[in-house]
Amino acid sequence: MVDILIIGSGGAGLSAALAAKEAGASVLVVGKMYPTNSQTSMAQGGMNAALGNVNEDHISLHIQDTIKSAHGLCDEDIVRQMCADAPKTIAWLESIGVPFSRLDNDKQGIETIAQRQMGGASAKRACYAQDYTGLKILHTLYDTCLKEKIDFLDEHYFLNIVTKDGVAKGATFLDIRTGEVKQIDAKSLVLATGGYASLYHGFTTNAYGSTGDGIAAVLRAGGAVSDMEFIQFHPTALKHSSILISESARGEGGYLVNSEGERFVDELKARDEVARAIFSQMQQGQRVYLDVRHLGEEKLMELLPQEVELCKLHEHVDPASELIPIKPVAHYSMGGIDVDYALEVNGVKGCFAAGECSNAKVHGANRLGGNSLLEITAFGRFAGENAYKHSIYASSRAADDVQLQKDRTEIEAIFAKESSINFYSSRETLGNLFYEKVGIVRENTKLNEALEEVIAMQVAHQQMGISDKNKTNNQNLIEFLEFKNALLLAPTVISAAIARDESRGAHFKVGFEEENENFKKHIVLQWKRESA
Amino acid sequence: MQIKILRSETNTYQEYRLPAGEIPLLSALVYIKETQDATLTFSAGCRASVCGTCAVRVNGREELACAYKVKPGDVIEPLQYHFVLRDLKVDKDKAKETLKKATTWLQKFQEAPLTHEDEKRTEKQTDCILCDSCYSACPVFAVNPDFLGPFALTRAYRYSEDKREGDAKTIIDNVQTNGVWDCTLCGECTAVCPKGIDPKMDITMLRGTSLQHGHQDPSFAQQSFGGPDFGGGGFGFDPNGGF
Repeated sequence: MVDILIIGSGGAGLSAALAAKEAGASVLVVGKMYPTNSQTSMAQGGMNAALGNVNEDHISLHIQDTIKSAHGLCDEDIVRQMCADAPKTIAWLESIGVPFSRLDNDKQGIETIAQRQMGGASAKRACYAQDYTGLKILHTLYDTCLKEKIDFLDEHYFLNIVTKDGVAKGATFLDIRTGEVKQIDAKSLVLATGGYASLYHGFTTNAYGSTGDGIAAVLRAGGAVSDMEFIQFHPTALKHSSILISESARGEGGYLVNSEGERFVDELKARDEVARAIFSQMQQGQRVYLDVRHLGEEKLMELLPQEVELCKLHEHVDPASELIPIKPVAHYSMGGIDVDYALEVNGVKGCFAAGECSNAKVHGANRLGGNSLLEITAFGRFAGENAYKHSIYASSRAADDVQLQKDRTEIEAIFAKESSINFYSSRETLGNLFYEKVGIVRENTKLNEALEEVIAMQVAHQQMGISDKNKTNNQNLIEFLEFKNALLLAPTVISAAIARDESRGAHFKVGFEEENENFKKHIVLQWKRESA
Repeated sequence: MQIKILRSETNTYQEYRLPAGEIPLLSALVYIKETQDATLTFSAGCRASVCGTCAVRVNGREELACAYKVKPGDVIEPLQYHFVLRDLKVDKDKAKETLKKATTWLQKFQEAPLTHEDEKRTEKQTDCILCDSCYSACPVFAVNPDFLGPFALTRAYRYSEDKREGDAKTIIDNVQTNGVWDCTLCGECTAVCPKGIDPKMDITMLRGTSLQHGHQDPSFAQQSFGGPDFGGGGFGFDPNGGF
């Protein structure tokens, strides 16, 4: 039995692993891919910490900005903790060798780290490593995990939390390579499984695997999820591929224009406002473009080389001479697993959650750019430390194999079942449905239609299955299981959106365009256990 | 258009038909899996050239599937020198072991004044996404499977050059066996890197640092015993060492 079982090997999982190991725990990190493949690698802009290296800044200002952006839905105590932890988290990343961008200021240590402006921030606060901040933090964390001899189990797909009397005792996994279903016993669990923006399949900047596997598992284990209706849309993704074009394109002076070539919004407003302005143009039949031509080829290659390449490859346009067709798409899920001040899952003791999968109530209705890398590292560590504390007193009696047998039976049933509906087309349908009816601008009639369609899809799900019957390395099976999770989470997003008759941050509803004090609360969802 | 993909079960090339038009190879693979053949197996992640998951070989050359525009007649194969798990999906465990052997991490932190110029010194090297393209392209693996390989050596260079590194010698010591001297400097790694990293140059630089730390080219040391042609034999002088 391992002390701490960490599920998910992105930035949050690796930070938790390092903190738990440092505290003296035995640690195992399990992921469905390899550690450096995670969504964290895609974070570009930076990581917030009020260091004040470029201009005056204070932790209190960071707290203020975060609370403002959250539109009343954050927990101010935990925001305070995160913002106060930021400078020491940066110092920790500095000590393991993260190659941050630097200033020439004749200073030492973290005082030399360059900081840039991000939307909604009252100072230049985001520490960065060119346009690869997430990538470089993730890889340095991974190198450090190798140094600390952290054990990894790659290519294991997380199925379920094993619980006994509401306490986590381990988890079940499908070994993707062998097809075997396994149980791993642990004294504490840390979930770091990422967000659910891939519900918007085809309309998300996220990697294919961001299907909310951990959040769905928590629901199944009797735990709570909250704020599921809050999904951040990024204003500028490429029109045909939904590939992200970084906010820095606008930060550096890029314009947003419509088919007539007119600018229609202040490009540097908060993400939710800019996304809605673009959406409203599209509703009027306008096409929307990002225009960076006036920056000139030389400056573009210097500032946004990644973006220039991606435009050429995916959209067949050269940003130096042509307009870039864009649309807003799902980018980040604010909601997720409902956790308490120790990041312990409400409803499942001994199970902690950190990063995008968790709702620690720091982002509220709208996440501030630069706060997610901070959350995964600061709270990843915090979750690892707390999981260790729990493990000290946790019973070391292993759980029974009821869940394991159940999961084995279920996987066997999937293999045995004939499939008459191609779930890949359903996945696409769900993505379209979510973008159209549970998207940037919502209406109750459309949300109700969406809910009905999702329920119909859940019924039709019985006829869906896999056509690849190979036991080993069956990616078809993994994608089917991921889709099942997406389908399980879909109604939680829609029903919370229906219940919230107001507009707040990323949730905007026609007919209820103002914030309503009565809704200054979290919508928490939990499955009732039938007493059998 | 038609493309051919090497299937592991039969060890034959299977032809697939795609609609005309310029699309990334990864989109083509997804299209095939979703609509024609769900058994076709490959790895994919971010679609934006940064997660390092989807490298394959196209017509014998390493490419990120998400960053390569598919063309009629393309032949797609898995990476070389990796155990093929299924079709285009490979086992990267052995390649990742090289990072442990080369101890590519910060050994001992020391606070240092860092500047913009220091950042630039290893900026490229830290762009590495561990896609394994360079490992697949490296011909040394054909003769020495235990070679540390390009990405591990680039990473070793990156940490050894970090001003915060208080013990660069340990890294340098750990890249001597099956390391810097085993490279043939052919430059295949540099040619295929999707991020424009130059492992060949990094290895060359590591050789220089190795000499400064008292190591020498073992092949040169061996040759010098019987080869009077090498004037400096036995004194640790390496004519290729950059002096």
